[in-house]
Amino acid sequence: MKIHIPTPLRVYTGNQDTVVVEAKTVGDALQQLTGQHPDLKKHLYTEEGKLRSFVNVYLNDEDVRYLPEKETTVVTDADALSIIPSIAGGD
Amino acid sequence: MLRLTATTYEELRVHGEVTYPHECCGVLLGRSEDGVNTVEAAVRAGNTRTDSAHNRYNIAPQELVKIQRQGREQGWDIVGFYHSHPDHPAQWSSTDLAEAHWLGCSYVITAVARGAAKKTNSFLLTGASEEDKALVTEEIVVQDQVPLAAEEAQERLRSVTA
Repeated sequence: MKIHIPTPLRVYTGNQDTVVVEAKTVGDALQQLTGQHPDLKKHLYTEEGKLRSFVNVYLNDEDVRYLPEKETTVVTDADALSIIPSIAGGD
Repeated sequence: MLRLTATTYEELRVHGEVTYPHECCGVLLGRSEDGVNTVEAAVRAGNTRTDSAHNRYNIAPQELVKIQRQGREQGWDIVGFYHSHPDHPAQWSSTDLAEAHWLGCSYVITAVARGAAKKTNSFLLTGASEEDKALVTEEIVVQDQVPLAAEEAQERLRSVTA
């Protein structure tokens, strides 16, 4: 399956905008991603191993946090994961 | 440096006037090369902070996923974001910095006073990580555009005088 990498994190994937992994679940895919590109890990996860609060992971158009099976959701090669840091602010 | 056309520049400023007294927000699609973020399109986004829209903005991640997909189809990346500060200067706030996570991207802020767009500034999110990030003022280069109608007029003039 494809994992789309946002512009600020491509410096850790050798400038690849998409990383292809063979995975059975969402968690498996993320593990393979950080396995291939270890420098990504600290930018995605806290020291406790949880996804950083501002990092959103979408399976196609669904937020993984709100999927019933979350990171154990089964995926196929036709699915795509998007890593999307949040956008917010104000005066 | 942030480079964009006069049309795009005007679009993002007008968006702040349209949503006044609430903050507007949107995504800048284009290309990033050698420290220059070149904008090909500004895409309007909804502000999900309806609880405090006069001084806060948030773009739904789902909308970002869709905009990123649209950009990819055109060969464009997300190179920045814009929002407005209603009745407030075009300077980043502590909230803007705390909630900025797209290192290397441009954060454009337009001050809108009593419904009219005033100053527009752009800030580059620099640093290598969340721990050392900073918003740094960057130059905005607005490229001149020859309106299509004028180009057509010149072309017709040339064909008439030839």
